[in-house]
Amino acid sequence: MSQQDVTFTPAGDDTDDPYAGVRETTEGPVYTVTGQDWDDVVGAAAAGEERIVVNMGPQHPSTHGVLRLILELDGENVTEARCGIGYLHTGIEKNMEYRTWTQGVTFVTRMDYLSPFFNEAAYVLGVEKLLGITDDIPERANVIRVMMMELNRISSHLVCIATGGMEMGALTVMTNGFRERERTLDLFELITGLRMNSAYIRPGGVAQDLPPGAVESIREYLRWMWDHIGSYEAFCNENPVFKGRTVDVGYLDLAGCMALGITGPVLRSTGLPWDLRKSQPYCGYETYDFEVPTRDSADSYGRFRIRIDEMKESLKIVEQCLDRLEPGPVMVGDKKIAWPAQLAIGSDGMGNSLDHIRHIMGESMEALIHHFKLVTEGFRVPAGEVYVPIESPRGELGAHVVSDGGTRPWRVHFRDPSFNNLQAVPAMCEGSMVADVIVSVASLDPVMGGCDR
Amino acid sequence: MSDNDPQSGKQDPEEVEEASRTRAETSPVEEQSAAEAPADAEPEAAAEEPEEESLPAEPEGPALPPEHPSRRGMFGAYGGSGDTSGYGRLVVRDANPVRGGSTPRPWPEQLEALGDDVSAALQEAGGTDADAFDKVLVDRGQITFFVKREKLAEVARTFRDDPLLRFEMCMGVNGVHYPEEIGSELHVHIQLLSITHNRRVNLEVTCPETDPHVPSIVHTYPSANWHERETYDFFGILFDGHPALTRIQMPDDWPGHPQRKDYPLGGIPVEYKGATIAPPDERRAYN
Repeated sequence: MSQQDVTFTPAGDDTDDPYAGVRETTEGPVYTVTGQDWDDVVGAAAAGEERIVVNMGPQHPSTHGVLRLILELDGENVTEARCGIGYLHTGIEKNMEYRTWTQGVTFVTRMDYLSPFFNEAAYVLGVEKLLGITDDIPERANVIRVMMMELNRISSHLVCIATGGMEMGALTVMTNGFRERERTLDLFELITGLRMNSAYIRPGGVAQDLPPGAVESIREYLRWMWDHIGSYEAFCNENPVFKGRTVDVGYLDLAGCMALGITGPVLRSTGLPWDLRKSQPYCGYETYDFEVPTRDSADSYGRFRIRIDEMKESLKIVEQCLDRLEPGPVMVGDKKIAWPAQLAIGSDGMGNSLDHIRHIMGESMEALIHHFKLVTEGFRVPAGEVYVPIESPRGELGAHVVSDGGTRPWRVHFRDPSFNNLQAVPAMCEGSMVADVIVSVASLDPVMGGCDR
Repeated sequence: MSDNDPQSGKQDPEEVEEASRTRAETSPVEEQSAAEAPADAEPEAAAEEPEEESLPAEPEGPALPPEHPSRRGMFGAYGGSGDTSGYGRLVVRDANPVRGGSTPRPWPEQLEALGDDVSAALQEAGGTDADAFDKVLVDRGQITFFVKREKLAEVARTFRDDPLLRFEMCMGVNGVHYPEEIGSELHVHIQLLSITHNRRVNLEVTCPETDPHVPSIVHTYPSANWHERETYDFFGILFDGHPALTRIQMPDDWPGHPQRKDYPLGGIPVEYKGATIAPPDERRAYN
């Protein structure tokens, strides 16, 4: 295409401005769309080639964070789709190699920011397996872990449904979803002190016991959720617009899921009841009574329905957790692993409890030395490597933990479901319309913090 | 450390402790001056010097680990003592099972069955365990087959297709860098899952830094595509036969492979009262 065919006018006088206008590259002219200039771009595009490559993201509101979709378009049809990732890579795995094993929890909780307790649990289960203390974790700690993970599953699915609804224009689903999620985060704040990034599950147990009033708050939350969870089904299940946007969109069958390593709701939407909580249980999940919801439509609509059903199952599990909470320790008895302090919420935020400060500062030099050594140096973890998978809201979250016998991890790698599942974007989107790409990606529920780490 | 007073017969216990701690981290020249302290001042402190010299070159037990690059820091004892505090005299032995030989049978029951199935499947494909594997490691209830590098592609195909094994899914590929293992510095760790038999297995392949080539398994497991790109990105391992081996997390023009242990970490040139913050791998460390 020749230059005079282009009717597009640069936004400014300076044609070198990379943020506006048109520039020539070896691949052809590149248009930068900045808003309010759509007619110009369409005119320019119509004059040129039929083949258009569109960069969607990484700063596009519909791409679930900083996901970059590279779409080759023929009119409104997507002929090729690829993902560009890495925009949220923060080097968490590398950073962890220079911190103690306990400090690692603080890093991993920030990876997949919608499911922090799952990140913590996968990492901590790996460390405990290396330490050989998996069977020594107190019952109460395991029950609290399961309860926090299931509450987290609810809040994560709520965000998936809320943002997915928003991207389709269902704004009430979004506002309601974030309202319910906020109530879940209130519980996290009550129990751990933080809404997100709690660093609550620690090697050996959990950071501190449930505060007074937590059980009542959770029961009230459960009543609220049972009252309100039906609203999503009432909004969407038979809504013709919702079904028109989601049914048979983002289709990926069982063979495709197997080949691409897809797990979680996407795999269960093909009809395979594969859930690690049932098939390879951890944290005592085999003792809880719950179902694995499946559907056989293998499309975005089925995944939405599965997520709603999974939230209901999670509510059931949380109820069972509350019923079996017995008083007891929440940390292993081994004082060489368990941090000596019980944290308490003081006037200046979370910190060591005053009783503990009084003990180490006024009563026992040995306790002070022990505290100091354990917190600064950390504990040693026997050499070896393990791979520990758990079922996160998005699928299999695996932690490959390698120790060389020192006080720091030699290597920790996370097999994040968002990272793996985004490989399915070409299979789901090629041949569909641009608008369906949004729905397909939303049904994968990628979280870029987990994907890029 | 304050200088010991040669005139005084007694020493402050704290001072002695500090002296012995400092000795572990000071240069030999400084050690000499520390050894000039009178022998009768504190028998323990004086006895330390000859004892260090008469230590056996190789303590009993498994071999000591070669010096790790991550074990250099501002303080800490080096040269094999493994002492973290300066006076603990601990010896850290190389107990890393990854560096040992095969785990002798019997293994746990389920892994025995899996091991037999693997042998049968390999025989069906016209091979043997010894042809395909360097060693088989059973540790903490998990089994890892150390596959010979050149055999990886066909072993992966057997693991996926044989009806006894049916590892349909590859959950991930990950690298680990062991710079002290000369000749096999880079490890590739592959996690496979069989939904049919509900069991897991790990494959591990090693390659030297000087020849970082490993066969790609993308043609058997398409899900390994991004995982291999990530491993290439972070470790510089070249997966031969990969359809498009490019960086995935780091920018395309990034120099080096950041997860290698010898990758320079930089540091923060923030000056505070004359000192700068060292890179994390040069800060004080206990291991």
